[in-house]
Amino acid sequence: MIVETGHFALVLALALAIAQAILPFAGARLRDASLMSVARPTALAQFGLVALAYGALTYAHVVSDFSLVNVIENSHSLKPMVYKVSGVWGNHEGSMLLWVLVLSFFGALTAVFSGAMPDRLRADTLAVQGLIGAAFVAFILFTSNPFARVADPPWQGRDLNPILQDPGLAIHPPLLYLGYVGFSIVFSFAAAALIGGRIDAAWARFVRPWTLAAWIFLTLGIAMGSYWAYYTLGWGGFWFWDPVENASLMPWLAGTALLHSAAVMEKREALKVWTIFLSILAFSLSLLGTFLVRSGVLTSVHAFASDPARGVFILAILTVFIGGALALFALRASALPTGGLFAPISREGALVVNNLLLTVCCATVVIGTLYPLALEALTGEKISVGAPFFDTVLIPIALPLIFSMPIGQLLAWKRGDLLGALQRLRAAFAAGVVAIAIFAALHGAPFLSVICAGLAIYLVVGAFSDIAMRAAPRGAPLRSIVSRARGLPLSAWGASIAHAGVGLTLLGLAATGWGVEQIVAMKPGVAYDVGPYRIAIEDVASRAGPNYAETYAVMAVREGDATLARMEPAKRFYQARRMARTEAGIVTLGLGQVYAALGEQHEDGTIDARLYYKPLVLLIWLGAVVMALGGACSLADRRLRIGVAARARVTTHAQAAE
Amino acid sequence: MMGLFPNLAALPFSHLWEKVALAKRGSDEGGSDPHPSRLRRATLSRKRERGAALIISALLSSLALSPALAVEPGEKLADPALEARARAIAGELRCLVCQNQSIDDSDAPLAKDLRLIVREKLKGGASDAEVREFVVARYGDFVLLRPPVKPETWLLWAAPLLALGGGAAVIYFTARRGRRASAGALTEAERAQLNALGVSIDPQKTTDDH
Repeated sequence: MIVETGHFALVLALALAIAQAILPFAGARLRDASLMSVARPTALAQFGLVALAYGALTYAHVVSDFSLVNVIENSHSLKPMVYKVSGVWGNHEGSMLLWVLVLSFFGALTAVFSGAMPDRLRADTLAVQGLIGAAFVAFILFTSNPFARVADPPWQGRDLNPILQDPGLAIHPPLLYLGYVGFSIVFSFAAAALIGGRIDAAWARFVRPWTLAAWIFLTLGIAMGSYWAYYTLGWGGFWFWDPVENASLMPWLAGTALLHSAAVMEKREALKVWTIFLSILAFSLSLLGTFLVRSGVLTSVHAFASDPARGVFILAILTVFIGGALALFALRASALPTGGLFAPISREGALVVNNLLLTVCCATVVIGTLYPLALEALTGEKISVGAPFFDTVLIPIALPLIFSMPIGQLLAWKRGDLLGALQRLRAAFAAGVVAIAIFAALHGAPFLSVICAGLAIYLVVGAFSDIAMRAAPRGAPLRSIVSRARGLPLSAWGASIAHAGVGLTLLGLAATGWGVEQIVAMKPGVAYDVGPYRIAIEDVASRAGPNYAETYAVMAVREGDATLARMEPAKRFYQARRMARTEAGIVTLGLGQVYAALGEQHEDGTIDARLYYKPLVLLIWLGAVVMALGGACSLADRRLRIGVAARARVTTHAQAAE
Repeated sequence: MMGLFPNLAALPFSHLWEKVALAKRGSDEGGSDPHPSRLRRATLSRKRERGAALIISALLSSLALSPALAVEPGEKLADPALEARARAIAGELRCLVCQNQSIDDSDAPLAKDLRLIVREKLKGGASDAEVREFVVARYGDFVLLRPPVKPETWLLWAAPLLALGGGAAVIYFTARRGRRASAGALTEAERAQLNALGVSIDPQKTTDDH
C-alpha cells in the first residue's frame, strides 16, 4: 500500500507541476495576482509529493520488498542498511527520482525565499521550474517507473552492484545532484527574465545565492566522486576524462564563469546579456550530462539505461528546454538594456578574460566529449578522445587563467591600474619563485610539476594579497589590522579563500608528478621501498563481511625501523552477484598517502601488489573543499541576505519608471 | 620469465568480440560508479568465475580467481628505460573492451595481451612510433587515446583556438559597439530620471569612464 501511495503521489506531482507551469505563467501575462499566487503553494506541494514518492521507494528498499522490480534488481536482504537507503539512487529509476526530488526541492526553496521578488518574476520563474519538473516526472512515470511490481516475488534480491556498495554512494550522487540540478533554478530565473523582458542588478542579486549554492554542491560532489574513484580503483587515478565525469565538469566550468559574471552584473550592471546566457548554459549542460549519462549513448557504467525509449524521451526534453531557452534568448537578448561601461584594464575586464578562458575550457570539454559521437554518426569512423587530448589542450588555457586570478582580484572596478596590481603582487611572485627553486631542488623533474607547484604557491599567496592590502595598509598598528580584516565583506574573504583552494588543488595535481609507483611480487615479511617509506606484508588472512567474503593482507608501513601504520588492502567477493572487487589499503601521512592494491597470489606465497607513495595528494580534494568553503563564506555575506528587498524595490521602480 | 609471455602469434583475438559483448551486457546493470573499469573487471571476472563452485572457503583460498592488477610484476621489462617507454606508450593506448581506459590501467585480459605486444615489440628494437603503428594497423585509430591529427580531427584539435578566437572577437566588437553607443552619452530623459533619483552627474567623469 505504501508503495502504491508513493506511485500515486508521483502522479499527483505531475498534475501539480503542470498546473504550476501554466497558471502562474498565465497570471503573469494577464496580470492576475490570484493566478500568480498559485505558484508558491504548488511548488511546495510538488516537493512534498515527490518527497512522499521518494520516501515510499526508500521504504520498499529498507524493508526489502521484493515484489518491486527495482528492489529485486538492486537490493539484498543482507545488504547493510546504509546501502539499502543509498541504493535507492544506485540505479536508473531511483536516481531519476532523486533528480526530480532535488529539482522540486529547489523549486520549494525558491517559493519560500522569494518574498522580496517582484510577483511576475517569481511567477514566471516557478512556472519554468514547474515545466522542467513536469517533463522529468513524466519521464519517470512513462519510461522509468520505479514502482513496477512483479507477480511472483522472489525470496531474495540480486543485490546492489558491489562497486556501489561504498560510502561514496551515500554522499557523491546527492551532492552532485544538488549541484547540477541546482542550476535549474538559475535557468528558470534567466528564462523568466527573458520572458518578462526585464533584467537589472536586483535580478543578479536574486540569482547569485542560488548560483553559489549550486556551485558549492557541485564542487563538493565532483571532488567526492574523484576521491571515490581514487580509492576504489586500485591504482590511485582520480580523474579520467571519462564522458560521465566531463558531464559534471561542463556545468561546473559554466557555473564558475556565471558566478563571476553575476558578480559584475550585481556590482556594475554590466555583462547582463552574457550572464543570462551563462545561466541558460549551465543548466543546459546539466541536461546534456543527464542525457549523455541516462540515455545509454555512451556505454559507460554510469549509463545504467540503454533503453532507446528513454534516450529519445530525454533527447526531446533536452531539445525543448535548451532549444526553447536559446530561442527565447535570441529573440529577447538584443532588447535587454546594456549598461555599466568599463575600461579594458579593470576588474570587469579581468572578469571578462576569466569568463572567456573558462568558457573556452568548457567548450573544449564539450567538443572533446561529443566529437567521437558526432564523427561516428556522420562518417562511421570511430576515434577516441582521451586524457592525453584533454591534458594537451587544456593545460595551456588553464595556466594563464590561474596566473591572472590574483591580478584580477587587485584591479579596481571601472578602471584599474595593472602596474600597481603587479607591484602589489610582489610578495606572491617572490613566493612562487622561491617555491619553484625549492621544488626544483627537492625533486627536479618533471618540469611541468615544478612550474605548476610554483604557480600554485603564487596563487595561494596572491589570493590573500587583496585582503592583506585592505586590512593592513602600510604603517597600520597590529590591533587595527584585526578589526579591519573583520570588517572586510565576507564575499571578499570568500573570493580569496576559493582562489586559494584552487591553488591547493593545483599543488596536489603538480605533486602527482613526484609520486612513486612500485609494481612488485611481494614476499610476506620482506619490506619494499616506496618513496620515503618501506612496506611489508605481515599477514594474509580471510574473513566474512555481511554480504561478502574477503581475503586481506596486513601491510606495515615503516620509516626506518619504526612502524608508522598498518593497512589492509583486500579482495572482496560478493556472493549474490558473484562479483569481485579490490579494496585499496590507504594510509594518510601528513598530506600524502601510501596506497596499496593487491593482485594475484602465486603458489610460492608471493602476492602481486601495486604500491604507491603519493605526496600531497590530499590537497587535490582539500583544495576543492576550501573552494566550497570560500563559496559558503560568500553565501553568508549579509549583502546577499539582508536589505535585498529594499534595494530590489528601488531598482525595479526605477526600471518601471522608464 | 619466458613462460609468462604467451605465444604472441597464437593469441586468440577472436575471443575479443565475446568480451566486447559481455562488457556491453555488463554496462546495462551498473550504477553511478565513479569509474567504468570496475564493472568491466567484475563482469569479466564473473565469467571467469561462472564455473567456480560457490563455496566461500574455496573462493577465499583462491585469490587467482579474482581479477588481477593492471600491470603485473611479471610483465615488467628488465631494462628500466625500455619499461618506462612501454608504460608511456601503454598509457595512450585504449583498452578496447573497457570504456575510456588505457591498457596501462586496465586489468582486462586483452589489455594485458596488448601490453605484452608493446613490450615484445620494444624489446625487438622497434621505435615508439613503430609500436603505435603496429597497434593502429590492427585496431584502427580508435585505439589511440590521443586522436591523430588528420582531416577528420582538424576541427577537434582546432576547437579550443577557434573558441578562443571567436570569443575574443565577440568581446572586441561588443566593447567597440558599447563605446560607440555611449558616445551619445545620456539622453535628456535619462538625465532627468537620474536627477530625480538624486544622482548628480559630472559630465567630465562620465566620459572618462569610457
